[in-house]
Amino acid sequence: MGWFRRTYGENPLHLLALLACFALAGAAVLALVPNPNALWIAVWFAAAVIGHDLVLYPLYALADRSLVLARWVRRRVSSRPVRVAAANYVRLPVLGSLVLGLVWYPTISGGGADVLAFAAGLPPTVDYVARWLLLTAVLFLASAVAYAVALGRSAVRERNSRR
Amino acid sequence: MTTTGAPGRSGAPETPAPPPESAYGFPRALWRGLGRIPVPPPLTPRTWRSPLRGPWLTSVFGVVLLVGLPSVILTGLLSYIAYGPQFGQAIPADVGYLRLPLFDWPTSPSWLYRLTQGLHVGLGFVLVPVVLAKLWSVVPKLFAWPPVRSIAQLLERISLLALVGGILFELVTGIMNVQYDYSFGFDFYTAHYWGAWVFIGGFVAHVAIKLPTMVRSLRTGGPGRWLHDTVEDTVPEPPDDEPGHSLVATSPSPPTMSRRTLIGTVAGGSALVGVLTIGTTVDALRPLALLSPRGRSYGTGPNDFQVNRTAFAAGIGPGVGDGYALVLRGGAGGEVRLDRAALAGMPQHTATLPIACVEGWSQMRTWSGVRLRDLAALAGVPAPVNAFVQSLERAGPFARTTLQANQVLDPDSLLALRVGDTDGGPMADLSLDHGFPARVIVPALPGVHNTKWVGAIDFRSA
Repeated sequence: MGWFRRTYGENPLHLLALLACFALAGAAVLALVPNPNALWIAVWFAAAVIGHDLVLYPLYALADRSLVLARWVRRRVSSRPVRVAAANYVRLPVLGSLVLGLVWYPTISGGGADVLAFAAGLPPTVDYVARWLLLTAVLFLASAVAYAVALGRSAVRERNSRR
Repeated sequence: MTTTGAPGRSGAPETPAPPPESAYGFPRALWRGLGRIPVPPPLTPRTWRSPLRGPWLTSVFGVVLLVGLPSVILTGLLSYIAYGPQFGQAIPADVGYLRLPLFDWPTSPSWLYRLTQGLHVGLGFVLVPVVLAKLWSVVPKLFAWPPVRSIAQLLERISLLALVGGILFELVTGIMNVQYDYSFGFDFYTAHYWGAWVFIGGFVAHVAIKLPTMVRSLRTGGPGRWLHDTVEDTVPEPPDDEPGHSLVATSPSPPTMSRRTLIGTVAGGSALVGVLTIGTTVDALRPLALLSPRGRSYGTGPNDFQVNRTAFAAGIGPGVGDGYALVLRGGAGGEVRLDRAALAGMPQHTATLPIACVEGWSQMRTWSGVRLRDLAALAGVPAPVNAFVQSLERAGPFARTTLQANQVLDPDSLLALRVGDTDGGPMADLSLDHGFPARVIVPALPGVHNTKWVGAIDFRSA
């Protein structure tokens, strides 16, 4: 078996699992090929990967850098010690809001409103953007309260240790 | 087991040690040559700074998905069977070799489809934050250099396209579909079905290959080893044995978050999505579904429940009841015609059944009407092998449906004339949007197959 591993790079079961994967995925793709929209479906498939790996991920990673930068600046401009790091109290509500915005984007953006009115008889009378912003506000409020509590507890701890 | 590679590696700007010779497969010169090409970020390991990434963290997200995603896959495939592929009414109809094992979808328990489809859609939504976190945790691998070091790795990376592309495609199409956004332009059912098989291929291979790594990573130092650290104690996991393709940062930044905070954040994100989704299937919690189209209420009357297809969309006018007569076919004695008064004059049966949509929402109602099996007997086919139900609607994809024998003969399967809430409130005639003069309601049947504005039923004997 040594020669197989040296040549292929893994054990034979690895190859077997991958061949099974390609057989199944290949069968699905072949079954789809006669569909007139097959190419467009493939485009969406590729766009889903590119959209996440090369657009969404770099965007949120870059956005997160701004928090790190802010932390760096904070430590430059002030010598006062950081009692409770604020970064996560910003990160968490932002992440919550973004996840809601992503998952319910079709509703919030109104992308499904016409079909919904026609098919379900639900006229576009609900302002989903406002609801999303309100939920975002609630998340930030909860985070602010948690931050205030953490600050308070840290201050109490500090006073107690000074005594 | 601890690895001995690069002990005491600091955050100094050094290039990581090249992979040992044994890490390369055939053709060695090619992969090694690729590895020697100097590459800019993000292809260098030093791009990845988070001290939290590592095999343990990835395995935590992995184990959640290992339980969650098979549930989503299975309930999705069950939905295909619930649509009745034996009658060619599951979509896509022609699935070649990827035919599922056929069985008659049961009518009991009546909440079966409500449960399976609610899980399929609800769990799919709830797992979005976990999928995103899992992808975040392994992103250094996407940009690893050299991209592959053996044919094994090359093939594995191609299979990851099926895995990652599959899950993202299924999530995007599914999430858009349940929110009535069809801007993708292709048939949802077809794309979601075939996309699922591509994903299943990638998923099964990934689990087969990575399961030992996952188990090993979770067992190293005990499953909770890294949960105890506060942010100050947080240090990178020990380097794993994949030089150049490691998840563990070679030059980590100072931690700004502990692992338990990160995992808690992901769990919190899932919980938040869950709280905003549960109301689409639990009547009492409907107001919580603030961002879902099916979180909206139609009112409090007997007919105020979710409409999937309005009479207007179906081309059914308010005059549909004038001169209405249900046509029953299949018996040796020829057609039987029943006007609405004749239907109302037959023995009426009441059943409390959910109506559950493929889009995941469901709602309980009390229905009353004539048992389908009484109609079959009246038509002269007391033991039909199936029944073909036609709506007065002409064009829609669900204007006709075939019911299995068990779905016709179940004592709670009705041609409903009246509907009420579940609290024993007064009942009312079905509204036009809910299928007046008469509609089918069968326990555990996907919503769209509970045909509205029924015009004819053909009870077929063998």
